[in-house]
Amino acid sequence: MTFKYDNVYLSEVSTVAGPYESKGPFGRYYDKVYNDFYCGTKTWEQAECRMLIDSVDMALYKANKLKQDIDLHISGDLLNQIVSTNYASASIGIPLIGIYSACSTSVLGLIIGSNMVDKDQIRNCLVSTSSHNNGAEKQFRQPVEYGGPKRKTATFTATGAASFLLSSKKERIKVESATIGKVIDLGITDSMNMGAAMAPSAAYTIYQHLKDLKREANYYDLILTGDLGIYGKKILREYMKIEYNIELNNHDDTACMIYDLDNQPVYAGGSGPVCLPLVFNSYIYQKMLDGEISRVLLVATGALLSTSMVNQKLSIPSISHAISLEVTDDIL
Amino acid sequence: MDKNKYKDLVNKYSPKENRLYNGLIAFIIGGLMGIFGQLLIDVYSYYLHIPVKDASVFMIITLVFLGCFLTCLGFFDKMVSFARCGLIIPITGFAHSMMSATLEYKKEGIVTGMGANMFKLAGTVIMCGVVSAYLFGILRFLIMGV
Repeated sequence: MTFKYDNVYLSEVSTVAGPYESKGPFGRYYDKVYNDFYCGTKTWEQAECRMLIDSVDMALYKANKLKQDIDLHISGDLLNQIVSTNYASASIGIPLIGIYSACSTSVLGLIIGSNMVDKDQIRNCLVSTSSHNNGAEKQFRQPVEYGGPKRKTATFTATGAASFLLSSKKERIKVESATIGKVIDLGITDSMNMGAAMAPSAAYTIYQHLKDLKREANYYDLILTGDLGIYGKKILREYMKIEYNIELNNHDDTACMIYDLDNQPVYAGGSGPVCLPLVFNSYIYQKMLDGEISRVLLVATGALLSTSMVNQKLSIPSISHAISLEVTDDIL
Repeated sequence: MDKNKYKDLVNKYSPKENRLYNGLIAFIIGGLMGIFGQLLIDVYSYYLHIPVKDASVFMIITLVFLGCFLTCLGFFDKMVSFARCGLIIPITGFAHSMMSATLEYKKEGIVTGMGANMFKLAGTVIMCGVVSAYLFGILRFLIMGV
């Protein structure tokens, strides 16, 4: 399912990063950085709410807007009942659509927002997402202080929050088109190797996007997948070649970019819904404004992991959504 | 692509864990833990003038305390990531699993948080421990008659 948009623009972005991310390669590009996992609150879940609120405030501040200027807020996170989003929204006070699509939440939010802006149902909307390493470990894995050994293919959930402001007012970066993916399950049951679970869904979404718009992969300057990790990235490229006969030469994975993989204890790289937005909103967004990159395809990959279902010996389904962003020069 | 073919592709790109290295580390650290435990038993029985049986209880109490204390200070998870089963299998690992789960749910109340989740990891150990002790007890009785 692919949409094309005529008048949706990305007017502002914001990032709030946690302690590990701020020591990564893009540390100096983040708008706000917390050096501890509690962010001045009492629990990790509340810390995630804090970061989400900060990222919304930061986006509004940078765009020089007030909360009442924003028509809609679309947000999601990893925790059960998307609690970070719900509790943060109580103090943000903008009409909310809460969504869950694991680590592909950010792009799904952008697609929903873009569709509504394009149809003139709303003038603008904020799209946010957040995740917290310790909160996710507590919910999906073992207690944080237990520190049980992990395999090399495991990924490290990023801590932070990020927001996008979409608007129908002309800006430099245009939301050009988007593709909604479908759930794909190729039988991976290992929750320590989620890159392998997600790679086929990323491949399908990229293939479908290129096919629907009759494009070649090199139409884009950069195809950015979400959180496949070092090994998932290799699997995606090989799978893409075998299954769809597409060579990905202009591809990178944000899981491999967000941390200093040689010096930080992050196994196969980053993950979490905030991984892709943190990299895009900080470094790539700036590169686009500087004119170094003009066409980017964001492919957020989500492993729809449930510990109950994995314990019942079922495999991990995954879904990926893609959105294409282009620099337009006709307005400036 | 069918599931088996994909599994082969995943295996091709997934790194192998260094089992020999992990095993050696666990063996050495676990062995050192054993020596430390024996040392504690000897020290307690010599200086406190108590039977070895009582001294070994004191040794367990000391190790459990150390495990819990280091977990609270935030060191033990880093030690576990290095030593792996060398620290998880001894009694320190049991104390650590209970303490880490308790710390995790501290903010969710004494009954609904700490009490309900304390045995999240240790419950399995107790269940397996009791069942296997029972089975080996029967085996021992059948073979040796005591």
